[in-house]
Amino acid sequence: MKSKFIPLILILIFLITFVIFFKGLKNSNIYAPDTNLKKEVPSFELKSFENDSIVISEKIFKDKDYYFMNIWASWCIPCKEEHKFLMELKKDDRIELIGFNYKDNFTNASSFLKDLGNPYDIIVSDKDGTTSIEWGAYGVPESFLVYQNKIIKRFIGPINNEDLSEIQKIIK
Amino acid sequence: MKFIHIFLIVAIILNFNFLKADEIKTENKITKNLRCLICQGQSVYDSDSEFAISLKIVIKNKIQQGLSEEQIYSFLKMKYGEWILYDPVFSRNTYFLWLLPILIFLAGGAIIIKRFYKKK
Repeated sequence: MKSKFIPLILILIFLITFVIFFKGLKNSNIYAPDTNLKKEVPSFELKSFENDSIVISEKIFKDKDYYFMNIWASWCIPCKEEHKFLMELKKDDRIELIGFNYKDNFTNASSFLKDLGNPYDIIVSDKDGTTSIEWGAYGVPESFLVYQNKIIKRFIGPINNEDLSEIQKIIK
Repeated sequence: MKFIHIFLIVAIILNFNFLKADEIKTENKITKNLRCLICQGQSVYDSDSEFAISLKIVIKNKIQQGLSEEQIYSFLKMKYGEWILYDPVFSRNTYFLWLLPILIFLAGGAIIIKRFYKKK
């Protein structure tokens, strides 16, 4: 009686473990954060980029339906890559671009904008990166598409042509 | 009077230091349990990436605001998902993970006890 049961249980345990690991093999082991979110825009108070005045989030996200919040820095090379797409997006007046200048200094950042053009309607500076953490950001560059005070999509890394046409499709 | 003044000042300084030491301890404990999401296999405590530096400041501020460890974890979980925690919470997805070692331990114990009594 006993000798019958033990091999059976062993085989069962082996089978269960096998099925679990076999299923696990097919899962991707590259971690990809969720890009389709439905989260409220976190409120913040930051210094304006141009002067020392304080900008509060409630004043930024109120007039338009769509906002594109872009975290950038002059020391970030991929930010240069995506800049032309931001300039392209600027031409659309249904969307307003908000720049989050991330851990940067004023001189470098303003010469960056002077060389490549300024796509932003409002720029705030996030000197210590803490407000970016409140947004759930990973680093630079990163962008959030905001619709009626809700983050509806996030772009980690530089945006490309495909992302640009996706944004233009959404805001149509 | 002077003695009382000095005593009070010393007491305040000592208490303040204890509080600070506690805060640093909690901060280290929390950051050691957080995965640095942009580095490979490093905790936020170990990492010097921009992301980790900012996250450490945020956690320090939250502790100073009086948030508990649990509240800070749930804040970060809301922002970055459960992946940021090294210690997975006990939920529907992790029952198997948490219970399997206990089950194996119990099964092994049962086999040993059975053998032991059989020998007797």
